[in-house]
Amino acid sequence: MTFFFEVLINGLLMGIMYSLVALGFALIYKASDVFNMAQGAMSLLAGLALVGFLEMSFPLWLALLCTVGIMIILAYSTVFFVLKPLVNRPPLMLFMATFGIMYLLEGIGQSIWGTDAKGLNIGIPEISFEIRGILMNTFDLTFAGVAALLVASLVWFFQKTRTGRALRAVSDDHEAALSVGIPLLKAWAVTWVIAGIVATVAGVAWGSRLGVQFSLGYIAFKALPVLIIGGIDSIPGAIIAGLIVGAGETLAEVFIGPYVGGGIQTFFPYLIALLVLYFKPYGLFGKEIIERV
Amino acid sequence: MGRKLMFTLFVLVVAASFVMVSGPAMAADKEKKKEAPKQYVPLLIYRTGPFAAGGSGIGSGWEDFMQLRNMQGGVNGIMYEWEECETAYNVARGIECYERVKSKKPAYIHPISTGITYALLPKGTKDHIPIVFEGYGRADAADGRVFKWAFNFPTHYWSQNTAKIKFIAMKQGWDGKNMADIGKYLKGLKIANLHIDVPYGQETKPILDDMAKKYGLVVRHFPVSWPGIDQKAQWMDIVRRFKADWVINRNWGVSCTVPLKEAARMGFPRNRILGVWWCGSEEDVLPAGPAAKGYYATNFHGVGRDFPMIKQIVDKVYGAMKGNISFTRVGSVYYNRGVITGITMDEALRTAHKKFGVKVINAEEMRWALEHMNITEERIKEIGAEGLMQPMKTSCADHEGGGLVRIQQWDGQKWVVASDWISPMKDYVRDMVEKSAAKFAKEKKIKLRDCSKVD
Repeated sequence: MTFFFEVLINGLLMGIMYSLVALGFALIYKASDVFNMAQGAMSLLAGLALVGFLEMSFPLWLALLCTVGIMIILAYSTVFFVLKPLVNRPPLMLFMATFGIMYLLEGIGQSIWGTDAKGLNIGIPEISFEIRGILMNTFDLTFAGVAALLVASLVWFFQKTRTGRALRAVSDDHEAALSVGIPLLKAWAVTWVIAGIVATVAGVAWGSRLGVQFSLGYIAFKALPVLIIGGIDSIPGAIIAGLIVGAGETLAEVFIGPYVGGGIQTFFPYLIALLVLYFKPYGLFGKEIIERV
Repeated sequence: MGRKLMFTLFVLVVAASFVMVSGPAMAADKEKKKEAPKQYVPLLIYRTGPFAAGGSGIGSGWEDFMQLRNMQGGVNGIMYEWEECETAYNVARGIECYERVKSKKPAYIHPISTGITYALLPKGTKDHIPIVFEGYGRADAADGRVFKWAFNFPTHYWSQNTAKIKFIAMKQGWDGKNMADIGKYLKGLKIANLHIDVPYGQETKPILDDMAKKYGLVVRHFPVSWPGIDQKAQWMDIVRRFKADWVINRNWGVSCTVPLKEAARMGFPRNRILGVWWCGSEEDVLPAGPAAKGYYATNFHGVGRDFPMIKQIVDKVYGAMKGNISFTRVGSVYYNRGVITGITMDEALRTAHKKFGVKVINAEEMRWALEHMNITEERIKEIGAEGLMQPMKTSCADHEGGGLVRIQQWDGQKWVVASDWISPMKDYVRDMVEKSAAKFAKEKKIKLRDCSKVD
């Protein structure tokens, strides 16, 4: 039984890492109705930039600051050069544009900082310890804390601040938001900046785990079932669904995997997602859209 | 009159400019035609994508070697001419590259990818182009009686795995000599085969299962779904439930690095993890930082710059600023693997020149040469590759030709040699190779070649 709880707790901690990535998707979708396929590539770019600055002997705080600076430039460039001409176009066009951004970021990142895999150590301790026979690690717990802080800040921002409310209004209806004087492009830019900061946190978390390399962009695929389960526009949903996916796939791999040949952790979350979609088509916490026809 | 004069002048100017422009061009064209023919080498490379570190290292090492040979006057005077085709390690793009370069009549193709190799084997056989896969691809292709157009020298995955088991036995106290004794040191030992869940990763499951029966090992396979960025579940099972004594790290790219970090978190000793040679590069261990220290990996060639051949490349190629990769990567595992590729193909060309005369070698002639290579210790010394590569001798029946494996260990800064050349369990492996190849031949209705009648 102890082993079961050990797998469960470690799965939950892993799930928080998925939530970090899913948050970026949820944020942009919530505010601009765009499913941003470039979110994984944004984490890759942030990771590459951070390692690049650290290799130039920048202190960590300055390297982080410069990385966030790059993400801000990226956010404004995306909004004004890519999304601006697509205002009021079908969402599919915006979605396809983010594909283009993804390939562009992967290419630019690797052209500037190279294709070699790089280590990233920002000094987070990786000490393992046992509590009642359950093995845990300080690294996982640290990022669980970071994720909790990030979510609390984002929920507060969207619920309590004027800008947050404006972003939610933009999400509901672009044209209506424009008609009441909310500057659409500025709202989008703010959202992309926040998503860029979330991507940086995810890039640092995953980069510290895997090293910073091209595959960092793949973390986006881990976020997809999280978004389906939690609801694509829900920040708390991203966290809860991340926990469900992390725990579900780890338990499935360890306890069901041996009977079916193993290697099931990639598709198992999608199985959960399909089940959730059957009963809750907008995800567990997604906003139900009722349209007059 | 004036208009006539103007027209005549115009025609004269046009004619003169045509002569002036086309004259030198035609001369250059004639010069080009006179230029000595070159040996065309296509490189199915990947400088982009998740495995760029491997593709760029191997491709550039190979190109630097050919650059060196060209600077030295070519292979018996025949210069190399190479062309890159970017596959991004993607099978579909690999096939596209093959089709693109095929019209230029290459003497051989190196897919530099197990997946692409599997896809190209039937094509190479049909088009009569040798497919060469050094240290990757399918192991049973070592049986040249069935796989006439495939070559997997100097060693393959099955040989590697028997060498790994020998090394593990040595670490358990075996003397490394008496095979009758090896079972005593292996019996009851738990080995976790952590593998990426694609054909490349699954390639060694049969031989490991067979050895488990033979030596009383307890082998369990832990598949990792592509791309393998999260292996927490597998590692919890390996360490906390299965309680493995040794772990075989049979992954690729990022999935090679993740086990080292997970093992460190779970408190599993890194000097009980033994990686495949595709998980034994600097790019696999550096991102793991201190977590990689003590990790073992197999290899089939030397690492570093301390070899005359690599020193020549540094002096001549990089001295002339003609290198194909960042200088810091010269001497790294993947780079040296590329140089080894260059050397073996160079030796095959020389073998072909001896038989067919010094000229540009075609695919049929190359196939013969690849089957008649004999790179001895003396020849290796002469090349300047002593310690860098192993001797090998191919034949009609044996397309592996070598088989030796070496173990290296990451000391936190660099790879250090951790064993002598380990000979695989040759007879045992050969038996498995022949059985598997025979099964393939039966499925595909291939008639086995009678090697006693082959020139």
